[in-house]
Amino acid sequence: MSDSSSSDVAAVGADLAAVGEAGAVEARNKPPEPQRQKGGKMDAKAISHRNLRNGLIFISPNFIGFILLTLLPVLSLFYIAFTKWSAFGMPVFNGLVNWVRLVHDRIFWQTVWHTFYYSLVHIPLTLAIAFGLAVLLNSKLKGRGFFRTVAFMPYVTSMVAAAQVWSMLFDPKSGPINQFLKIFVGDGNVPGWLGSTKWAMPAVIIVGTWREVGYYMILLLAGLQTIPSELYEAAELDGANGWKRFWHVTVPCMRPTLFFVMVTLTIGSFKILDLTLIMTDGGPGTTTEVLAQYIYSVAFDNGDYGYASAVSLVLLFICMVVTLIQFWYNNSKED
Amino acid sequence: MSTQAVAPQLAEAGAVAPEIPFNKKRKSPLKIVGTIIGYIAMIAVAAFTLLPFFWMILSSLKPNNEVYTVPIKWFPSVWQWHNYAAIWTKSNMTTWILNTLFFAIIVTALQVFTGSFAAYGFSKIPFRGHNVLFLIYIATMAVPWQAYMIPQFKMIAAVGLSDTRWSIILLQAFGAFGVFMMKQFYDTIPEDLSEAARLDGLSEFGIYWKIVLPLSGPSIAALAIITFTNTWNDYMGPLIYLRSANLWTIQIGLKQFISQYNADYAMIMTGSVISVLPIIIVFLIGQKQFIEGIATSGMKG
Repeated sequence: MSDSSSSDVAAVGADLAAVGEAGAVEARNKPPEPQRQKGGKMDAKAISHRNLRNGLIFISPNFIGFILLTLLPVLSLFYIAFTKWSAFGMPVFNGLVNWVRLVHDRIFWQTVWHTFYYSLVHIPLTLAIAFGLAVLLNSKLKGRGFFRTVAFMPYVTSMVAAAQVWSMLFDPKSGPINQFLKIFVGDGNVPGWLGSTKWAMPAVIIVGTWREVGYYMILLLAGLQTIPSELYEAAELDGANGWKRFWHVTVPCMRPTLFFVMVTLTIGSFKILDLTLIMTDGGPGTTTEVLAQYIYSVAFDNGDYGYASAVSLVLLFICMVVTLIQFWYNNSKED
Repeated sequence: MSTQAVAPQLAEAGAVAPEIPFNKKRKSPLKIVGTIIGYIAMIAVAAFTLLPFFWMILSSLKPNNEVYTVPIKWFPSVWQWHNYAAIWTKSNMTTWILNTLFFAIIVTALQVFTGSFAAYGFSKIPFRGHNVLFLIYIATMAVPWQAYMIPQFKMIAAVGLSDTRWSIILLQAFGAFGVFMMKQFYDTIPEDLSEAARLDGLSEFGIYWKIVLPLSGPSIAALAIITFTNTWNDYMGPLIYLRSANLWTIQIGLKQFISQYNADYAMIMTGSVISVLPIIIVFLIGQKQFIEGIATSGMKG
């Protein structure tokens, strides 16, 4: 498909254009200038022209889909969030109406709070466990390959099956978890888990952490393996013990990875949806309803797409801010 | 006793791990203790991680009234292997699995093809504006799907494709992830290689097809396994787009099955095992590629 349109390029710089195309014979007869070298003005133009065409041909199958299905929806949010758009018909611009409603929407603020609650516990918990396990796997323990696989398994398990199993494990009366806890706190003091307004979110966080620790562990392990072992040897010669080596070699070297993981983890926490939707459906009451789930229910249960888009824009905004803070922080530390 | 109940034993790993020796020239007693604690932490975490899987499998083989008992009964009194036969007639498991397989295969093929193709364009062809275009990819990867699922849904619905197979294919096949991951790999292939081929008169497509692609087997495998797993496990996409029961995937079907048979716990666990099993097998076979793919690209979902 690339050969058909080569004639116009060929007119500008026939020999060079031929290199990139099927004109092998031409190219052999007359050895072309190596591409990166400074050729004539026309040649450079021809190369850049040809590269542009070839580049666009290569990216277009994905790029067209990407523009239509990702970029356009993202950009259109900035308009739809200012419209009234119900189940049928087209969006109608209504200025700041959605936003005024948002400010006074008690459920919206509740879901924001629940999202922050989930994130504020889930992020440090996951990071600490994942980092600990990554350091553990980075040492020369036997069976670490097996362990790596085991720790990763929850991540490839579907949310529906995982949520179902955990819901059953969390059963307040006869679930294995409370039968175990009973030994320590007595029959009357075990948590009610998913049926209790106080314990439902911790239960969700435990499942979220169980599911994701392996993933972040792998990212951190990849970072750990790029640290040159000479650094540790030098530190040891200087008399640094394990703990000191950890703080003065491992942590500084891991800063880029740690921040990347922090961003991924934070955005991942802010966008949780299927976990709460499947496990608790936001309940009991609305105690585990999170921001993304509110978007889902406003749009697909109430058919209020305009308002749901305004809430979506808030989610997008939060994630963008998190990313920007990370980049800013990372750059400022670089100097 | 909430999060904390489970957390301390896990958190121990974080506190203890640094004690593990990085070279083993001499072993002080402290280091040996550290190693032992390291193993204990590893075993504890592995047990905690695997427990739900064991419980799921064992429950799927119990008589229904033995799933919840006080005190807990780990092994069934009679092994109910027939649960695994019964579920195929009690549910539309066959349809769900075939649908899911269809989506997973098509999406994986498209993702690998368009992703590696675009990645070659971004990595190996220095065309004007390629940095800007790639930046757009990266920037949108930071936008969670949950934030733009509504306009996307309305657009796909507007062209009449919601509740068709196309909706799920379009939703999944053109993600930025494949492009990003393959570009990460292509950037490591020396430029000289394609340069030499260009001088020999190979077209760009020829270089991609005959030189770069044969080198990228492991990366392609990683991308394919990750995409397959994602598509198999996707719940929200099919939930939003697929209304007709004959199009349902295993995740939607299983969720439906759970609410329909809400007291038949053993049967629900049987369905869960069947939904998880294929993907665990795929993962175990390709785990090296899968884990390395995650480690090198680090971005997903």
